[in-house]
Amino acid sequence: MRVILLFIGIGLLGLSAAGLATAPKIDDASVFEGLTADLAQGEVVFNAAGCASCHAAPDAEGAARLVLAGGRAFPSDFGTFYAPNISPDPVNGIGDWEPIALLNAMRYGTSPDRKHYYPAFPYGSYAAATTQDILSLYGYMMSLPAVSTPSRPHDVSIPFNIRLALGGWKLLFQPQLWIVQDAPTPELERGRYLVEALGHCSECHTSRNQLGGPVTDKWLAGAPSPDGKGRIPDITPTGLGWSVAEIADYLETGFTPDFDTVGGQMVEVVENTSRLSPEDRRAIAVYLTELPTMP
Amino acid sequence: MFKKIAAGTLIAAITATTVFAGGHARTPIENAIAARQSHMQLYQFNLGVLGGMARGNVDYDAAAASAAADNLVALTSMSQAGYWLPDSDTGSAENTRALAAIWENFPDVIAKVGATSQAAVAMQAAAGTDLASLQAAMNALGGACGACHKAYRQAR
Repeated sequence: MRVILLFIGIGLLGLSAAGLATAPKIDDASVFEGLTADLAQGEVVFNAAGCASCHAAPDAEGAARLVLAGGRAFPSDFGTFYAPNISPDPVNGIGDWEPIALLNAMRYGTSPDRKHYYPAFPYGSYAAATTQDILSLYGYMMSLPAVSTPSRPHDVSIPFNIRLALGGWKLLFQPQLWIVQDAPTPELERGRYLVEALGHCSECHTSRNQLGGPVTDKWLAGAPSPDGKGRIPDITPTGLGWSVAEIADYLETGFTPDFDTVGGQMVEVVENTSRLSPEDRRAIAVYLTELPTMP
Repeated sequence: MFKKIAAGTLIAAITATTVFAGGHARTPIENAIAARQSHMQLYQFNLGVLGGMARGNVDYDAAAASAAADNLVALTSMSQAGYWLPDSDTGSAENTRALAAIWENFPDVIAKVGATSQAAVAMQAAAGTDLASLQAAMNALGGACGACHKAYRQAR
């Protein structure tokens, strides 16, 4: 039933809303004027955004996590998506991209040939990344090893293989930059940036409606696991009940407050957050614990 | 007469109890699962001592920290050979999160246990030194525990 609704929904959206409103958006390179890439900052963005978790080869560990060969499969209701090669290989990777191509991918979900990316790539969250951070990330990614593994095509059936329809999806689900409108301290603002934008926490921790868009009034309140087994936890203060120190420590060591260890896909998230600064982990924890007090 | 009835009742009661207990005796696989979970619980308890200090929930105490780290080293060096019986994985047994992949990748499991042992030895050196050293050693320990759980423990 759900799939049929999706079929109808996406079909209608795509066809009726086709045209300028849903054409893939882009910016031009002038947005980078006066900015220079900072590779150290780029590494922070890379870890905060969790690029390696999806784009490193499946089961890559240690230094191999920096070889972004792709290949990891993401099963979904719409078919199976495969993470592409985003190493600096000029043929099979993104070695021939200019910085603006990365910005358009992350901010608008638009590819260099002006097609819509599927939202398996979490551009709905990355859209809020700053121009400076995207430029620095670009610099850092281009410093990583190139690998020539060809990207595997997605295994997605009709109608989801009609990328034009994704324009309608974007129109529906990318209406606002921030969920929490007011972040009154620099720490909360940083936390909001790390959770809502780079960390893309809501992609798993917020449930989705029948068209695959986030249910924003149940922000971070948990969701069924896409693999059909169990639930992704509620990480709102009432759902989680952990202190700032406990959340920050979990994001560093992977130990829960009662010293079990992190499990499931969150293991890879902690591999990323353990590389962030203590201040950044604390900012995430403060955002999560103060979530209900913020408008 | 009364004595006879009382004795009979008593015997019946004892028999019933025995039968009841017999019905709930653990199988070798249940025993093995209980043993390895107990082992994990001992890790968890001693990690809790160290982590409580690392998080500032309790004051740093060099002697208590060292004792907990010593226990972790002892736990990682114990033989677990008897715990990991065939057919005691999630596909064959109840009340376990141990994936069949453990039995398919034994050399890797041993390597990951070895890494945990190294992290525990590093903690042993750090725990008695000072709080900052202890805190720094928690990360590697968490990583070592998590590496095995990631590959070989069923997610909830």
